[in-house]
Amino acid sequence: MFPKPIHAFPNKYQLIYKIALPFVLIIWLLPLIAIFLTSVRSAADINTGNVFGWPSQFLLIENYSEVFRRSKAILYLKNSFLITIPTVLLSVSLACLAGYALAIYRFRWSLPLFFIFVAGNFIPFQILMIPVRDMSVSTGLYNTISGQVLFHAAFQTGFCTFFMRNFIKALPFELIESGRIEGVSEAKIFLYIVVPLVRPALAALAVLIFTFVWNDFFWATVLTQGESVKPITAGVRSLNGQYVNNWHLVSAASLCAAIPPVVMFFLMQKHFIAGLTLGSVKQ
Amino acid sequence: MQQTTSFDENKKIYSKNKLVFAPWYFLLPAIFFFLIYVIIPIFQSVWISFYEWDGLGEAEWVGFANYIELLDDEYFYTSLKNNFIWLILYLLAVPIGLFIALFLNQVVFGIRFYKSLFFFPFVISQVVVGLIFSWFYNPNFGLLASIFLSFGLEPIAILSDEDLVTYGIIFAGLWPQIAYCMILYLTGLSNVSKDLMEAARLDGAKGLKMLWHVVLPQLRPATFISVVVTVIGALRSFDMVAIMTEGGPYGSSNVLAYYMYETALSEYGFRLGYGSAIATVLFFIMLVYIGYFLWRLYKNEREL
Repeated sequence: MFPKPIHAFPNKYQLIYKIALPFVLIIWLLPLIAIFLTSVRSAADINTGNVFGWPSQFLLIENYSEVFRRSKAILYLKNSFLITIPTVLLSVSLACLAGYALAIYRFRWSLPLFFIFVAGNFIPFQILMIPVRDMSVSTGLYNTISGQVLFHAAFQTGFCTFFMRNFIKALPFELIESGRIEGVSEAKIFLYIVVPLVRPALAALAVLIFTFVWNDFFWATVLTQGESVKPITAGVRSLNGQYVNNWHLVSAASLCAAIPPVVMFFLMQKHFIAGLTLGSVKQ
Repeated sequence: MQQTTSFDENKKIYSKNKLVFAPWYFLLPAIFFFLIYVIIPIFQSVWISFYEWDGLGEAEWVGFANYIELLDDEYFYTSLKNNFIWLILYLLAVPIGLFIALFLNQVVFGIRFYKSLFFFPFVISQVVVGLIFSWFYNPNFGLLASIFLSFGLEPIAILSDEDLVTYGIIFAGLWPQIAYCMILYLTGLSNVSKDLMEAARLDGAKGLKMLWHVVLPQLRPATFISVVVTVIGALRSFDMVAIMTEGGPYGSSNVLAYYMYETALSEYGFRLGYGSAIATVLFFIMLVYIGYFLWRLYKNEREL
């Protein structure tokens, strides 16, 4: 283990370390703590310049319910869920199939296709912007939930396939081999042997894609117009324009936008980190 | 006797073909989606960059005119320069992430909780990070202003200062990026070989020497991924710029990704051809890094 375990040091240093930890954490999260405190302040506090002191009143429920009353935050949040969940399901299933094919079969196109999926994941969004927007307009998918779902699912398929292929490749090939010798069809091998084994990978991918898509802002700007199908990220931005001097409301809305991925992360932390670091460990 | 052989052979051919066609059944849906939404649009964009087009009327073929115009466009150069600054400074996330990972790589009560809280900024949308920092930098009531005042200094309006604005945005962008690199290194550190460490320790290595000669070489995969995701993140920077300054003041904080959006879709005009030319330039810059990544991946595959 590196650095040297703290237990090996004299008590004095252990104590310093344990005191330093929360201290450093508070500095690290200071912007977040500040925005939380702002979100429970009264408007009077902000107007009189009490922005960093202790709030004169805690208006947690009042401020947050005011955000929901005065803005379309609920609609935005609902849209975010309607965009994110189907995207996760679609891209993970497509990638599960494709990753299986690229990991198990030896054929000439296997590596080139794999590289195309990987490369696609890294390209700048702007190179896709005009054609994708154009196509969405001409097919009636512009300014709809499904238009956003289809794009995100297609784009995330690149990363997901990369991920699934590497995961399946690491499984013992004998399992598939023995299925083939028994005369089990390829589809059944996939369904009954591979899918149960990749469950941890599916969970990891699902949380990652949920976070990526939930936090998307660019495509929400490019593929929507007006309020009806906007996700919360774009919604928070337009609230920021409307409530110029209502920082307590803007910060409350921002925190609402941040909560679902944060909850997701805490619930599935192990999977999330495993997903993020897959590939980095094996490379 | 002969019949059995031919029967066997038939079966063999069938099962061989089965293995030839099977991958395509599994691949088809993913390829279809990826082709429609990713691969074909890349070519279309490059194609559009040779036209002058407002998105509504007839597109007019102009050849390389858009690219020639770029050469004289001072906003383009500003954006390019800013992208370069982003790239260099954003890479600070890698050593800082390593530093925090080393700080947190201990076994004390509640350390897992600390690790996940340190990771927090990465999970939050960049829109929210951008808003938090716009407010942090606000010269009238921002946290930074009050820190300045407490030292008796005049607060600086970082986001309206042409010389400082890009650095201000990058600083904000570093916050989640450091968290990302940190988590990659934490996982790497948990896989560092104990035997090698022990052997090095017996040879008298410790502290920085140990880090440099024994630990870092084993963390190379984590470093590689950290650098790749940081470079790509720097070149993709859009959200933060859009939220914090919209490229201003006077285009001084623009980056290629945002400048492209601005030329093609904002109230500053619908020049889709010109926007596509900017996107194409950005694409080719990124292709250098993507190519390098794929080459590393390829070498890796060959070794297996």
